Amino acid sequence: MQKQAIFQTKLLPYALVAPQLAIVLIFFYWPALQAVIQSFLLQDAFGLSTSFVWFENYVDLFKDGAYFEAIVRTFFFSFAIAVSSLSFALLLAVMADKPLRGSMLYRTLLIWPYAVAPPVVGVLWIFMLHPSLGVLSRYLRDMGVDWNPLLNGNQAASLIILAAAWKQISYNFLFFLAGLQSIPKSVLEAAAIDGARPMRRFWTVTFPLLSPTIFFLLVVNIVYAFFDTFGIIDTMTRGGPGKSTETLVYKVYTEGLLGGNLGSSAAQSVILMIMVVALTAIQFRFVERKVTY
Amino acid sequence: MANVTLRNVRKTYPGGFEAIKGVDVDVGDGQFCVLVGPSGCGKSTLLRMVAGLETVTGGEIDIGGKIVNQVEPADRDIAMVFQNYALYPHMSVYNNMAYGLRNRGMKEDEIKSRVEEAARVLELSPMLERKPRQLSGGQRQRVAMGRAIVRQPKVFLFDEPLSNLDAKLRIAMRVEIRKLQRRLNTTSIYVTHDQLEAMTLADILVVMNGGQVEQVGNPLAIYEKPATTFVASFIGAPPMNLMSARADEIKSQLGGSAGEAGIVGIRPEDFVITADSPAGGVTLPLTVEAIERVGAETFVYGARAHDEQRVAATPGELPPGEIIVRIPGTAAPAIGEKIRVAAVREKLHLFSGDGRKRIEA
Repeated sequence: MQKQAIFQTKLLPYALVAPQLAIVLIFFYWPALQAVIQSFLLQDAFGLSTSFVWFENYVDLFKDGAYFEAIVRTFFFSFAIAVSSLSFALLLAVMADKPLRGSMLYRTLLIWPYAVAPPVVGVLWIFMLHPSLGVLSRYLRDMGVDWNPLLNGNQAASLIILAAAWKQISYNFLFFLAGLQSIPKSVLEAAAIDGARPMRRFWTVTFPLLSPTIFFLLVVNIVYAFFDTFGIIDTMTRGGPGKSTETLVYKVYTEGLLGGNLGSSAAQSVILMIMVVALTAIQFRFVERKVTY
Repeated sequence: MANVTLRNVRKTYPGGFEAIKGVDVDVGDGQFCVLVGPSGCGKSTLLRMVAGLETVTGGEIDIGGKIVNQVEPADRDIAMVFQNYALYPHMSVYNNMAYGLRNRGMKEDEIKSRVEEAARVLELSPMLERKPRQLSGGQRQRVAMGRAIVRQPKVFLFDEPLSNLDAKLRIAMRVEIRKLQRRLNTTSIYVTHDQLEAMTLADILVVMNGGQVEQVGNPLAIYEKPATTFVASFIGAPPMNLMSARADEIKSQLGGSAGEAGIVGIRPEDFVITADSPAGGVTLPLTVEAIERVGAETFVYGARAHDEQRVAATPGELPPGEIIVRIPGTAAPAIGEKIRVAAVREKLHLFSGDGRKRIEA
């Protein structure tokens, strides 16, 4: 069978890929290039003059203790969000994989949160956990918990992690369920006959066979926690109290757009871009090699 | 070492579908029992019930004197070889075989000696460190066998273990399985749809159809005296010729001896091409329609002179009025030639009109 299409003219294939190329160039490469250029520039406080400063913006960033704190915070957030949403989604998927009545209904229901936009997620959780408006806050205070995420940085951080993880559970659940269903039933039956109890069966057979899915989702979740939590943070805490929920992305936004320090903000964007490229590269390397069984 | 006894075993699915309609089988210690039947007859379901992978909705399954209806598969002391082998894809060959032993808390050095012994017997020693995906179909099959034998279980269960292999390998593995089972002397239950596999492997053959047992017994005894027309046409290849005993042509030849028989069956190998008419036997004039030469023998397909009505038999059924004759060698009549074939009285199988009962004349 012939797999490659043969075109009569040389122009047609280029014309066919042109729309896609245009989108990528205009909406990705152009802004990325702008960011890189911007990161080498320094503007005065009024935006009247711009000078080329080479790597000064980057050097300033790495000298700044607050930037390191933001890096550590972001990694902690990503790790906490990824681990909690992955483990909870896996638990739900294992439950949903059992042949029970009405499984289609609750599988569908479990997927719904994915359709909720991040800022809306933030608002939803505020309604539940706002110190004065929140429904759950009242119960927490009734139980004697001094609940006030507007003042307590740790509480604000856990609130962000909770909301961000909650939203990502649906997506992870979907992949885990597909992964579980692709494990041949007979392999699990063989393990059962081989004397493995359900828990041992899960950890010695199901979990290793899911490892490519787990690794894929881990990377996706980390990228999600890096970038897509912006909407949640912006609606819930705006990076506060103090800087306790300010992640790298939120810092880019506050310093560039609100603070007007475009050079530093651009340098931070470039660093973030490099991190994501690195993560993606790791993913492609590993998915094709180690994690496959 | 144990015997396996099924007493009136039934399986009804929640929807009301009855997959197994009361099966009684007794497999003695060290015997090789083969469940054979067409697809959908319930043989795999029955095996999975013995393994504990399907619930039993009626009757009793007894392994080694203990009723195991409610016992977990792990605690039944059985090992199973699956049709797709069901190897653990992320484990090496060694770990595939060691897994069941580790789950039972056996010491590593004991595991090592058992796995290495099994690998030696199955000629897997050079590939113990490989992953299943690096093995050929036949090697995977042997790993699946190895996983079963290292456990030294009371009972081996085989679910069509050879159907994914090519024809040559299948025959070789068939012999291997039989030799291995004889040597280990472990009670075995083997499911297949291949009647040749069934005939060659079985100590006890169980022919199943539609969730019921049609006949149980020694394979040759079943071949010689099939209890129903289903068994008659399922066991033996090519299938037995079945004809209505009430057609004038046959009725007049059988005379009174046919009794209440409605169907007469004659195996292709019991016909001879001859001009004589053996007394009490059946002689049929045929027009040769097709010839199949396979070397040692030749199959002659002939049409009877009279249009024949369909009789009760399902698998491998011939069109009404067509007769297969098996003759040794390659000398065969020409297509279109008119011949006479005859079978002696002792070679006739008589069945009731519905084919459900054998009649001894």
